[in-house]
Amino acid sequence: MDALLKAKKDLRNFYLLVLFGAMVVLMGLAAAHYMEEHGHIVTGMNNQIVWGMPHVFAIFLIISASGVLNIASIGSVFGKAVYKGRAPLAGMLSIAMLAGGLSVLMLDLGRPERVIVAATHLNLTSMFAWNLPLYTGLFTLVAIYMWTLLERRMNPWIKPAGLAVFTWRIMLTTGTGLIFAFLVARQAYGSAILPPMFLVMSFGWGMAVFFVVQSVMYAWNQITPDPVVMGRMKNLLGIFVLGTLYLVAVYHLTNLYFAKQTAFEHFILIDGGIYSWLFWLGYVVLGSIVPLLLIFLPGFKKNCHVIAASILIILGSFSFLYVFIIGGQAFPLDIFPGYQVLSSSFGDGQIGHYAPSLPEILLGFGGLGIAFLITLVGVRVINSLMPRDASSKD
Amino acid sequence: MSEEIGRRDFLKGSAMLAGLAIAPGMMLYDLAHGENRPASSAVRWGMLIDTSQCEAGCDECVKACNKENGLPGGTGPTDEQWIRKVELKNLKTGKVSSLPMMCQHCAEPPCVDVCPTGASFKRADGIVLVDRHLCIGCRYCMMACPYKARSFVHEPIHDQKAEVPRGKGTVESCTLCVQRIDRGESNTACAEACAKAGHKAILFGNLNDPNSEIAKRIKEVSSMQLRADLGLDTGLHYEGL
Repeated sequence: MDALLKAKKDLRNFYLLVLFGAMVVLMGLAAAHYMEEHGHIVTGMNNQIVWGMPHVFAIFLIISASGVLNIASIGSVFGKAVYKGRAPLAGMLSIAMLAGGLSVLMLDLGRPERVIVAATHLNLTSMFAWNLPLYTGLFTLVAIYMWTLLERRMNPWIKPAGLAVFTWRIMLTTGTGLIFAFLVARQAYGSAILPPMFLVMSFGWGMAVFFVVQSVMYAWNQITPDPVVMGRMKNLLGIFVLGTLYLVAVYHLTNLYFAKQTAFEHFILIDGGIYSWLFWLGYVVLGSIVPLLLIFLPGFKKNCHVIAASILIILGSFSFLYVFIIGGQAFPLDIFPGYQVLSSSFGDGQIGHYAPSLPEILLGFGGLGIAFLITLVGVRVINSLMPRDASSKD
Repeated sequence: MSEEIGRRDFLKGSAMLAGLAIAPGMMLYDLAHGENRPASSAVRWGMLIDTSQCEAGCDECVKACNKENGLPGGTGPTDEQWIRKVELKNLKTGKVSSLPMMCQHCAEPPCVDVCPTGASFKRADGIVLVDRHLCIGCRYCMMACPYKARSFVHEPIHDQKAEVPRGKGTVESCTLCVQRIDRGESNTACAEACAKAGHKAILFGNLNDPNSEIAKRIKEVSSMQLRADLGLDTGLHYEGL
């Protein structure tokens, strides 16, 4: 009887969560419709800051969608048993986040109804165009990979499918980094370090998302995770956070070394206002150092510490992307080296102003909502998505 | 049998009638649009801007561009500006210059390289344009342009000119008055207005023609391309900077 009552309560809670997710998605769609009707004038974006809040959300989701597959790769490609049981959930999360991220990116277009043009007219010199087959390819490969994981007869194909996904998602995140790395004239971008930086970021961010989702699933089903397994996973997360911090430091240090880039670095690191605050406090302190302490300090061994670290890493990633994408555009282009711009009607030589508006923030949350809904329904209908270890207690 | 002939006659008659109906329309279209010649790569349109002739505070070129292309002329951060006036001070010498700034019509345009759909394109005669039917409004070209030359249309457009199609949610920039060039005219609206105001700071012409005024001037005077270090080989050259 108790079990029946619990099942009923579970179902009710599930539908409530579906309703919540659907509401968030609907708000995002309504916001996109509003933007489409009135034009981007209703957003905070302008002719200097052309990519704004939707891009922060979309790029977080796309990077994490690739990174979360790391869990699957460690299991299927490198044969670590602990991660094998987690591969199906990682695959599901990847599809969910990719769908969310791409939806935001697509709905933010000036002409979203023309998205089919992007598929029918591919300009091969464009990194954006290259990314489109990379995205659809990842969807397909992860779907096939999940099939090999979940269908017993297909099990012998797990390793090749896992290897294909592993290779593909490295190409995909390299592609995401190259979108920025190929921008020759912008001080913030145009650097070959960006693709590897994005790659290492993806490992940490994807794993943080995985930790949060896994913990919620454990709590929902009243499962106590195996502390040894959790300990190993959190150490790996810590290493990824350190790796990201290292690459971000190298990126800024190389910029500081080039005389022509010092003004830009001064802006981002010291007198950029919101951008400097978000970088140091949001990304470095709260998004990296505090999570590292929570992960590596001997006193913090509980599951809740890892979850807190993961949530902070996710918030830190949003801070980082805000500074990278929006701060990077706010700093003016150096069109006239050796000259000071005394006046211009188009904001030349001035720091660009950007204040995100509600519709674009709602659109971003709509993308998170899509990822949430897909994950929620996926976890409910596919039993095997639950990460299990031999010693985890039900 | 007679029924079959009737059907054949009917088809023949219909075809002739359709021909009669379409032919005058085709002829009128040709008359209205003139000969449809493609742009030639023998031509490279460009400009030489003499900053010593450009007067600070004068914005005749901007006004003429807005009028020619049907732009509203706002100067807010979300308004479209195909050409703008910039005042500069040389950090070493303190010399102050004034100049018009617009799309530099690069030979190697980054906007064309990055455009996912090929909406940004370079004509054979060197003019960099946006195909408004292919532009999806992703703004990647605006991220890539080193000159901040492009504007995104943030609001619905009313009263646009038939010759200069524009559209909300797409990107646009200076077209070197392509509608004039295709009509066979030899000057842009900005250059014309500048000359009319008595400054003659903007010289427009064919860089590939050694006998053109612009080619001769570029050979004689010292001029530079903006951000020449990027190797984009711009069609616009600046004198006196």
